[in-house]
Amino acid sequence: MKTKDALYNYCLRLADSNMIHGQRLAEWCSRGPFLEEDIALSNMSLDMFGQAEMLYEYASSLSEDELSADDIAFRRSEREYFNCLLVEQENGDFAQTMMKVFLYSAFAKQLYESLLNSNDETLSGFAAKAIKEVKYHLRHSSEWLIRFGNGTDESKMRVQQAVTNLWRFTQDMFEMNDADTALIDNGISFTTDTLFAKWQLNVNEIFAAANINTPEINNTITGGHNGIHTERLGVMLCEMQYLQRAYPDAKW
Amino acid sequence: MKNDNQFPQWEVFIQTKNGGPFEHQGSLHAADKKMALQNARDLYTRRNEGRSIWVVPTECIAATTADDAADFFDPANDKIYRTPNFYKMPQGTKNL
Amino acid sequence: MTEEEKEKQFQQRIDAGEKIEPRDWMPEAYKQTLFRQISQHAHSEIIGMQPEGNWLLRAPSLRAKKILLAKIQDEAGHGLYLYSAAETFGIDRTEMIAMLHSGKAKYSSIFNYPTLTWADMGAIGWLVDGAAIVNQTMLAKCSYVLYSRAMIRICKEEGFHQRQGYEIIAKMMNGTTAQRNMAQDSLNRWWEPSLMMFGPHDSESTHSKDSMKWKIKVESNDTLRQRFIDRTVEQAHHIGLTIPDKNLKYNKTTMHWETSEINWDEFWSVVKGNGPCNYQRISHHIHYHNEGKWVRDCATAFEKSREKENSSISI
Repeated sequence: MKTKDALYNYCLRLADSNMIHGQRLAEWCSRGPFLEEDIALSNMSLDMFGQAEMLYEYASSLSEDELSADDIAFRRSEREYFNCLLVEQENGDFAQTMMKVFLYSAFAKQLYESLLNSNDETLSGFAAKAIKEVKYHLRHSSEWLIRFGNGTDESKMRVQQAVTNLWRFTQDMFEMNDADTALIDNGISFTTDTLFAKWQLNVNEIFAAANINTPEINNTITGGHNGIHTERLGVMLCEMQYLQRAYPDAKW
Repeated sequence: MKNDNQFPQWEVFIQTKNGGPFEHQGSLHAADKKMALQNARDLYTRRNEGRSIWVVPTECIAATTADDAADFFDPANDKIYRTPNFYKMPQGTKNL
Repeated sequence: MTEEEKEKQFQQRIDAGEKIEPRDWMPEAYKQTLFRQISQHAHSEIIGMQPEGNWLLRAPSLRAKKILLAKIQDEAGHGLYLYSAAETFGIDRTEMIAMLHSGKAKYSSIFNYPTLTWADMGAIGWLVDGAAIVNQTMLAKCSYVLYSRAMIRICKEEGFHQRQGYEIIAKMMNGTTAQRNMAQDSLNRWWEPSLMMFGPHDSESTHSKDSMKWKIKVESNDTLRQRFIDRTVEQAHHIGLTIPDKNLKYNKTTMHWETSEINWDEFWSVVKGNGPCNYQRISHHIHYHNEGKWVRDCATAFEKSREKENSSISI
């Protein structure tokens, strides 16, 4: 794979994960458990769309077809999105959403910390900005997990159910493909092996504080980085791309 | 409904620039200190207004009432010797 | 001091332009009027998140999505400021939410209309927020200090809301035929409801007289409505939209735009709960409020258990 193509693909992977995560968080709007948390959820969603936009802009600058950031964001089919599977999973209850935010932001924090050392200045610049945001998401979600795990019988049950529902999708975040190989050789991105170890440490620490049991992995599902998704994504895209599909010539 | 609650109320004070005073911004609800700080951040510093935040449980604030006003504040009315302009300096005095 | 004397002194303070602080003495009726109005205003901000939230996931660009999200988030924040102001009358947020759910407390009827197309995001910003800004700029001068303080903050933050709405509509008027039709259709549906936002005519308004006397409001419904009409008609014409009122005409003597009589039967019908979305909006709020109860219970239980732990350590 040519470096430029690999970089384009890699940008989409990061951008898609952020956008799909943001889209899911936006679903909480007017549905939060109390008003202050409603605002917190939309704040995190806004951070995600902001990060996605930066990366789509970069992808746009690399695109040979002169596609705009919005074209790239909204005009692809489900097999052309490369986000990790975790973020496209349904929000479920508030415990499941916070679990999703926690697992993803713990990963994103490690990833962006490594990208600070990328040879690609745009990517390292992006990481420097984005890392502050994901650290905040990590803190916010960690505290909620600890409250759930030490709260009521119901909250303990719900947070354990949340991890059971989502755990099978966590390995997928660390999957590498041809794009990674090409970029690692050039010092643009890095192997995810070390990320995984650090991520696990972080997860174990919070799970211990929250009395959450790590599920046994016997049903790992991967494929997001290669465009093989769960059934959830196509449904999300239908809604997200409605106006672009219904009025292909319109500018908004 | 009876058992439900929206958490205790907190008062939020924000320092907008380094070395500046913490000023009262308004209130919010939160179950604990960490939540109160984060809610304050999301509610009162979205437009880049903050450098540092204080949160205080509303019930911890003691305040004077309008009825106290006369006893509390009027006695200070006639003590203008606490202000620099009360004092007459000889003409031409500098740096004072 | 007798009640009568207190009331006289209170009115003198109002007439002298003084602001009333939460701990000051105030007549019972002043309290009730303010509590009703501020809590209703808070509920309006919160219920108002729903019609816009309806298009959040379908926003047509990254920019549009970010703007809409930030705007709805502001509304949640504004609801929160206002609940806090209303809480100073000794009724907490839990009770206020219960009053909303039981129908005892109302919210602005405008949010009982559906958002059917993306153009409605423009119309809500331009017309609904436009009308709200006219009203809120006036309320920033309110005699009750916490209401006026909340309004000043809200007006400052809402500066962009109306502009982004008008931008959406203006862009569509510059776009394809389908977009122009969508924009006009949206104005057709939102024009009259937005005029209703200012409430009944001065002569019909039950609370107006007292509110003016107490400087809770400093201008009348009809004055504010006229100001909104004059601004909005010009803005509509500027981008090629037609105001859906065949009696619309400019009066050169008064220098005001004149419009048809508003359909007050519809207005009262929606106020009484028979608008297209009254049931939907309240059901949504009740549903998600109930869904969130376990989260609130959990956070409360967690804090209680920690307090216990901390106190046992200090012993």
